[in-house]
Amino acid sequence: MENDVIDIRVRKRMLTAHGPMDLAVETTIEMGKLVALFGDSGAGKTTLLRILAGLTDPDEGQIHFGDTVWFDSEKKINVPPQQRNISLMFQDYALFPNMTIEENIAFAQPRPNSNEVEELLRLFGLTELQKRKPSGLSGGQRQRVALARALARKPQILLLDEPLSSLNAEMRLMLQDEIEKVHRQWGITTVLVTHDLNEVFRLASQVIHLENGSIKRTGTPESVFSDTSISGKVQITGQIARIDRQDVINIVTVIVGGTQIIKVIAFDSDLENLKIGDHVTVFSKAFNPIVYKLK
Amino acid sequence: MDSEFVQTLWLTFKLAASTTVILLLVGLPFARWLAYTRIRVKPLIEALVSMPMVLPPSVIGYYILVIYSPRSWFGEWLGQVFDVRLAFTFEGVLIASVIFSLPFMIQPLHNGLRALPDSLREASYTLGKSKWTTFFRVLLPNIKPSVITAVALTFAHSIGEFGIVLMVGGNMPGETRVASIAIYDEVQALNFKAANSYALILFLISLVLLTTIYSVNRKYDSWKMM
Repeated sequence: MENDVIDIRVRKRMLTAHGPMDLAVETTIEMGKLVALFGDSGAGKTTLLRILAGLTDPDEGQIHFGDTVWFDSEKKINVPPQQRNISLMFQDYALFPNMTIEENIAFAQPRPNSNEVEELLRLFGLTELQKRKPSGLSGGQRQRVALARALARKPQILLLDEPLSSLNAEMRLMLQDEIEKVHRQWGITTVLVTHDLNEVFRLASQVIHLENGSIKRTGTPESVFSDTSISGKVQITGQIARIDRQDVINIVTVIVGGTQIIKVIAFDSDLENLKIGDHVTVFSKAFNPIVYKLK
Repeated sequence: MDSEFVQTLWLTFKLAASTTVILLLVGLPFARWLAYTRIRVKPLIEALVSMPMVLPPSVIGYYILVIYSPRSWFGEWLGQVFDVRLAFTFEGVLIASVIFSLPFMIQPLHNGLRALPDSLREASYTLGKSKWTTFFRVLLPNIKPSVITAVALTFAHSIGEFGIVLMVGGNMPGETRVASIAIYDEVQALNFKAANSYALILFLISLVLLTTIYSVNRKYDSWKMM
């Protein structure tokens, strides 16, 4: 059983815009899961991801990958990123500008295999672009190249650092599909850094909610973010974009999935601890929702 | 005079080319180390590398001469063990020229490496590639303009070197008499025609080299904007 979890117990002092902050994390990640590291910017998500990758050293603690020790401050063990068999997809994708798309993917292979490169190019719809350099690609295309390259390494863990943050809403949905597909087909343990609640619900089976360097809650997205006492028939998660006061009531605009707008009526008492930017659940109890198949 | 002219130019070229090759071999690993090291004395090392740019050649030339002298322990050791004397020889001038041109090789390489996003290097590491594979296949190909600038600047600077050669090498035809020294010598002898030939050639070589650097950098700038 020990063999199928990543056990993380680390502490690291970080220097943030608001002064020093301790990142102190104790958690386990089950193999084969898609785990979201969720939190505001500056919560320590990316640092934790870099610690997992071996690019940032914790001040103290241990990281066990199954039976393998990746980091142990007491025993002075620190396995370099090269030997951790991970792939990290960077926020800026970090495609190598000197190489073509094809060369970028081939570079990541542990052993050269042109059939696999072709297969990856085909899988991500990049065959037409294979001879181009990354500078000639759109954001979405770059992201697919980065994902293909990360997979070419045949990693045991795929680490994704806010992979979709720089894309528009439509592109984002498409690439969420892509990530989900990859996870389903390849079964690679995936850790995804995000500050987008939609992404968490859409993709993750486990979420680690970080706040100011420590874990606030961890579990399934539903258990972490929804109040279990709600027995609503419809639950939609979104973010408050606007609160407009109209006479005795307020109209709250909630954005869902970056594209859908829901307007909800709320009384002053409902709004006591709500403000713009809060992540909220919109639910309905009284009416039976109607399901309608899209063409 | 003709054969002497050719000999001097050949020697000038040989000194500049050898300096550039040696500095490229030494400079690449050194610049890589300097760009990513976290040791505390890094500013001191950077300052030492840049010293030749601010010090007059006579100062460094003087120290090099003192070290080469058979009366210093290093000079004595060289003489006794290898039977080598460095002062007023081509080899001696070459070593001095390498030291003196160091910043012209290191600084462009160092700046080029620092300007690359860290994620390129880290991505290569996470893809399982060693430091040296990363350096030669990812980093170096992406700082080509810096490499060309470093090589051309080092070569141009070595060709034009005057003070350090005069201090360490003197003016020995076929051994240490390079073009810049020959110009000085010919002017002293009121032989303006020969001085003019040397000067014109040095002027043209430097112009061509610097124009190459600027056009390469311009090409890459416009490429980057696309």
